[in-house]
Amino acid sequence: MYWTLFKTFIKIGLVTFGGGYAMIPMIEADVVDKYKWVDKEEFVNLVAIAQSCPGVFAINISIFIGYKLRKISGAVCTAIAAALPSFLIILLIAMFFHQFQDNKIVASIFAGIRPAVVALIAVPTFNLAKSANINIYNCWIPTIGAIAIWLLGVNPIWVIIAAGFGGFLYGKYIRPTE
Amino acid sequence: MIFIQLFIAFFEIGLFGFGGGYAMISLIQGMVVTRYHWLTVSEFTNVIAISQMTPGPVGINSATYCGYTAIRNAGFSEFTGIIGSLTATVAIILPSLVLMIVISKMFMKYMDSPIVQDVFSGLRPAVVGLLAAATLLLMTPENFSTPSDPWTFWISIGLFIATFVGTKLVKINPLSMIGCAAFAGLLLLY
Repeated sequence: MYWTLFKTFIKIGLVTFGGGYAMIPMIEADVVDKYKWVDKEEFVNLVAIAQSCPGVFAINISIFIGYKLRKISGAVCTAIAAALPSFLIILLIAMFFHQFQDNKIVASIFAGIRPAVVALIAVPTFNLAKSANINIYNCWIPTIGAIAIWLLGVNPIWVIIAAGFGGFLYGKYIRPTE
Repeated sequence: MIFIQLFIAFFEIGLFGFGGGYAMISLIQGMVVTRYHWLTVSEFTNVIAISQMTPGPVGINSATYCGYTAIRNAGFSEFTGIIGSLTATVAIILPSLVLMIVISKMFMKYMDSPIVQDVFSGLRPAVVGLLAAATLLLMTPENFSTPSDPWTFWISIGLFIATFVGTKLVKINPLSMIGCAAFAGLLLLY
């Protein structure tokens, strides 16, 4: 079982490019359809929780499955399996890059890539704003958060803590009065 | 020393990293660039770029890369750098391990409770702010040059706009956009 878990999650860790959510269908194909480790409904539930929790989504969902099947040792097994391919590949790249980053060819390639990457982070900002239902009434939240981090140098962790706490306070004290 | 700082930094990132990979970028940036200066802005942007091009979640990729590079930048050997990448990667995974197991064991039924949902509803808009901040913080001379170097500056701006439009409106695959940008960089910015 451990080997099957390990093998499955290595494969999952290996085939997602860019973002954990794109791998959901892949995980479902193995975990729900092929091995039947969880049923469809439970899977959807786990995905929702894994997405809401902090940490890397792919790791979170791996741990849920691993724990369900073999408790703590299962969880550790799947977590390591999901992280291992990235870890090894990136480590090799980092080691290689460290040697060559001053090479003119490499430097010019990345000088071109960097502005593109900034755009690739800017795009999801707008998409996320739409899916988070940002409107005229709540746009102050991301705005103040962004200004605090960008101009005031506030550690983003504090923004997370404040926002979570704010949500709690809103639900407990403000919404009941509306 | 630096290994302890590395561990604590990435543990915190794993613990507070709500909202997925992109939000995590903001946290990693806050630690690795702003707070500890382990990487420069351009080095960090390179990490994000590499993460887009390689398999695996951006959180794991960043932890591994930043861990290695931070230790190497501090003057340690290649082998010690590997220990650094291991430290950061384990640190970012650890909170998930503890949290997911605890939730599986006891708190699964509380995930739907109003209080938890309220907390998440507060986090959702904030994560948008985190992404916006991450984008803004990456708009630096290191990544775009300055008007005093107009060739590089305007090409960088052009690449930004092209990628933005290409990804958002034309829905071109991000990987292809990076490929084009790389090619453009080689041709124009050599």
